[in-house]
Amino acid sequence: MEIITMAQQNNGVSSAVTHTQPLWLLAEVTYRCPMHCAFCYNPTDYDKHTQNELTTDQWIQALRDARKLGAIQLGISGGEPLLRDDIEDIVIEAKKLGYYSNLITSGVGLTEQRIQALKDGGLDHIQLSMHDITEDINNFITNTKTFQLKQKVAAMIKSHGYPMVLNVVIHRYNIGHMKEILEMAEALGADYIELANTQYYGWSLINRSQLMPTKEQVDEAEAITNTFRANPNNKMKIFFVVPDYYSDRPKKCMNGWGEVFMIVTANGDVLPCHSARSLPNMQFPNVRDADLGWCWKESPAFTKYRGDSWMKEPCSSCSEKENDLGGCRCQAFLLTGDADVADPVCSKSPYRHLIDKAIEDAKNPVFSEQPIVFRNDKNSKRVIAGELKDRLDEFHSLP
Amino acid sequence: MDNKIEYTDVYTLAHHHRFQWEEAQQNYVILFPEGMVKLHGGAGEVLKRLDGKATVGDVVADLKATFPDADDIESDIIGMFELAVSKGWLRKV
Repeated sequence: MEIITMAQQNNGVSSAVTHTQPLWLLAEVTYRCPMHCAFCYNPTDYDKHTQNELTTDQWIQALRDARKLGAIQLGISGGEPLLRDDIEDIVIEAKKLGYYSNLITSGVGLTEQRIQALKDGGLDHIQLSMHDITEDINNFITNTKTFQLKQKVAAMIKSHGYPMVLNVVIHRYNIGHMKEILEMAEALGADYIELANTQYYGWSLINRSQLMPTKEQVDEAEAITNTFRANPNNKMKIFFVVPDYYSDRPKKCMNGWGEVFMIVTANGDVLPCHSARSLPNMQFPNVRDADLGWCWKESPAFTKYRGDSWMKEPCSSCSEKENDLGGCRCQAFLLTGDADVADPVCSKSPYRHLIDKAIEDAKNPVFSEQPIVFRNDKNSKRVIAGELKDRLDEFHSLP
Repeated sequence: MDNKIEYTDVYTLAHHHRFQWEEAQQNYVILFPEGMVKLHGGAGEVLKRLDGKATVGDVVADLKATFPDADDIESDIIGMFELAVSKGWLRKV
């Protein structure tokens, strides 16, 4: 028996997975979004990809091709997927093909009419992002006024008989409310909650010093979560995504490069992980002109970091290399400038000091009190124009 | 929760879970939000027999009749029920 979960956890994830087929297809159908979350992992240059989205027919073809390869869990994500008016058509096709489909949404745009159409079309579940128990922090971190809306949408999801799956990204501003967040989720009737400690990619990397909680806060949050789990009256399943900076071993990112996940982005790029395009000198195939089977099995993008043959020391001779496959390639590159080295989270990495420095920086008001750069079109255009470079460069140890 | 499996119990798939054959994997799977379970061999045979009416005893008897040469499958079957109930994949009817 192999139990495979989507949340990146260091427990409960089978290590026996092989790359014979993708199991998860994540369709990032648009990068347009009404939310402006400070921790968004979408690419900071997403504005380049908002004008050339795949058509409905192209998505349907991608769904068919991925299903043939073996993909079975489908995440429909973004941006905010509901900004497209063809999600209902995509869901109908997904049902026909036998996917277990999941709409990953902020809730903005989910009306009674649309949720009914999605239900009729065969959507299996909806994952709603929540941010805090307080309106202030919800509205601050998302740079929107969506607190009331999310409460309403949660009730709507429940009333339509869907499993209630909540995703809460955890950061400095809400980590102190862990107990109250869990109680809120229980009160809303949640079946699952994912407590996703912020991982630092895309916008969250720019805002790292502003978002990172302290070690003490993380330990307390984990203790509260464990107490909640241990109470037999609490039926909700909790996924706790580990905050890797406070760990001394890296996460097995994406369950291994090209092992389980296949991501198709708004413009059709086929990626082994959400932030793979941040890596230098890599060409990613696109569904408009490449066969998905080739993408998965043979494309240089998917084979480059699959398995362990790419590893250098200290990974290549490490007795734990099977457990974490050297960690995250994007994190290695973003922090060290070299995508082939051990994830600097690892205590065996010669670059571990970069993580320790990040933790120290987050306590330093010089960094942590800088204004947050919210995810929005204007800031994305600034990134594309080469602005905010000072903010990005501080993460590299490049000479 | 008391997870002791009685032979007279009837189990079915928990809400929001789906059981299906996966051609690409050549095995049965249980699908649920955020995850899946690959059911190898016997486990799939157990799940396949849960039609909302069959008792645990019926499943054991049917599997013993179907696989007369298998050794001690009874404890494996009960073990499968215990695991599936503890993981929340099955609910009692």
